Amino acid sequence: MTDAGSAITAHDVRKNYGGPAGGAGLNGFDLQVGKGSVCGLLGPNGAGKTTAVRILSTLLDMDAGRASVAGFDVRRQGRQVRERIGLVGQYAAVDEVLTGRQNLVMFGRLNRLPAAAAARRADELLERFSLAGAARRPASGYSGGMRRRLDLAASLIVSPPVLFVDEPTTGLDPAARQEVWTAVRELVDAGTTVLLTTQYLEEADRLADRVCVLAAGRVVAEGTPDELKSALGGDRIDLVLSGPEDTEAARAVAARIASGEPDVDRTAHRIGIPVAGRVRALIRLATELNEAGIEPEDLALRRPTLDEVFLHLTGGTPATGTAAGRADPADAVAAAAPQEASG
Amino acid sequence: MDTVPADASRPPVPAPPPAPSRIGRALADAWTITLRDLNHWALRPGAVVVGWLFPVMTVLMFGGLFGGAITTPGPGGYFEFLMPGMFALAMLFGLETTMMAVTTDAAKGVTDRFRSLPMSSSAVVLGRCAADMLNSVVGLVVLAGTGLLLGWSWHGGRGSALTALGLLLLLRFALLWVGIFIGLAASGPEAVTAVQILVWPVGFLSAVFVDPATMPAWLGAAAAWNPLSATAAAVRDLFGNPGFAGETWAAQHAELLAVAWPVLLTAVFLPLSVRRFRRLRS
Repeated sequence: MTDAGSAITAHDVRKNYGGPAGGAGLNGFDLQVGKGSVCGLLGPNGAGKTTAVRILSTLLDMDAGRASVAGFDVRRQGRQVRERIGLVGQYAAVDEVLTGRQNLVMFGRLNRLPAAAAARRADELLERFSLAGAARRPASGYSGGMRRRLDLAASLIVSPPVLFVDEPTTGLDPAARQEVWTAVRELVDAGTTVLLTTQYLEEADRLADRVCVLAAGRVVAEGTPDELKSALGGDRIDLVLSGPEDTEAARAVAARIASGEPDVDRTAHRIGIPVAGRVRALIRLATELNEAGIEPEDLALRRPTLDEVFLHLTGGTPATGTAAGRADPADAVAAAAPQEASG
Repeated sequence: MDTVPADASRPPVPAPPPAPSRIGRALADAWTITLRDLNHWALRPGAVVVGWLFPVMTVLMFGGLFGGAITTPGPGGYFEFLMPGMFALAMLFGLETTMMAVTTDAAKGVTDRFRSLPMSSSAVVLGRCAADMLNSVVGLVVLAGTGLLLGWSWHGGRGSALTALGLLLLLRFALLWVGIFIGLAASGPEAVTAVQILVWPVGFLSAVFVDPATMPAWLGAAAAWNPLSATAAAVRDLFGNPGFAGETWAAQHAELLAVAWPVLLTAVFLPLSVRRFRRLRS
């Protein structure tokens, strides 16, 4: 019943917590993650991301459906599943009172390593995650990035074939984020399958081969980050103007060219315009702005960000100046590539 | 079977030794968890030392401040009467230690980490049990040492002293399950505070400090049936310390109740705790 090439499968998994205070349940959750790939599970708070991972990692029972991890049934072969998974993030923590090394030795012992092997493995992991200098300090004194790395190390003691990573970089500074991303990438290169849940679309874009968008307990869209962006249909032009009058005038021009509703941010004098015909639309917009005597401060054609895809799929509308304004340079590069939107 | 290729960044892990028996594994895991608590003691000695000294402070407070005004039923000062009661009360204080440890682990995700490992599921509780019992033994030694300095001593033989120690630890064992159950059921720090406060009326409504016969009849009856009273009275008897000749059935069968109460508490709260632990999955 499990596909040979899949490290994680879930079929019609349902979970209803019941009661008014019940957490986010699952409502027919399907998932297939190929061996050695990274799947990003994306969704707003309350979409059921945590529930899904808790079920797949045997921390929680499902009401209905079936799921397997590393070839073992999550319901009936819990121990075999637990022998093959690692959990990183808010699902499972390290002991804050113990030192970093004591934590890793303890988890090594609980993973059935003999005492000497557990100590050796702890030292290896401390070295690898640049924690050797802090090995004998209590984990409570670690910085956010150090703690996350210790967390990661604790999950890797026996090199699990499947790793569940939950919002690994929430609350980390950019340098620490980079470190965690690098560590996850290395694992994937070594063959580990990763299921990553995140709210940061940039993170999914960076790490995931495939992205599953979760809303109200089920997967509403699935694909590579590129496919999802294409599915939103067309590209976007970001326009930044010098003042309120120009913004109003440009809005009228934008409305004629846009393939959908343009987003207007009056305080930042920004307009985000969804367009269908890429370069043609760009030329037309530039021409009409010129004819109207409007000199924009900035004008850029780009592909939609995952934020926009995400908000579109989960029923929100992107806020111009936040989602659209955070357009990554990588997206601008992608926009320059001769790739036509398919949607 | 999924295998992961080893490379430089992923050193090969030595294969685990041949699988020992189920019980052997559970004991090995439980020892790892116990060791964790002992490491906690070494790294944060403050918390555990305060736990040991708190009953000492209570003895000094009640024996020193109120003791002079309290008439004791036999020879020797109030400390002779108070110490066995304090030993029993210290077992009740231990409930807070257990509960705090369980709540903290659950709240911080450590419990979930353990549950995600291929370890024996009973080891988490067994390790907690071993560490807390060890903690209580040290606490009793510290408290007994204080008592000896203050003029208390035991007058029976070594056998009855060991029986007394056994009864105290039996009560502690029963309260361990109460602590684990409340710790798992508690939703947050408020519940912990509530229990910390409730420990006092439960402790006072007993024969720990005074003879329940001196209380209003209905309170006295409740105090006489308090499990702490049974253990305190039995321990007084075994140590040869002065007690009171209670009229109630409970007072006259203190030894029996000192065994029956803990057994009953364990019979109720052990399965409840196991059920609570299982319900973490639902």
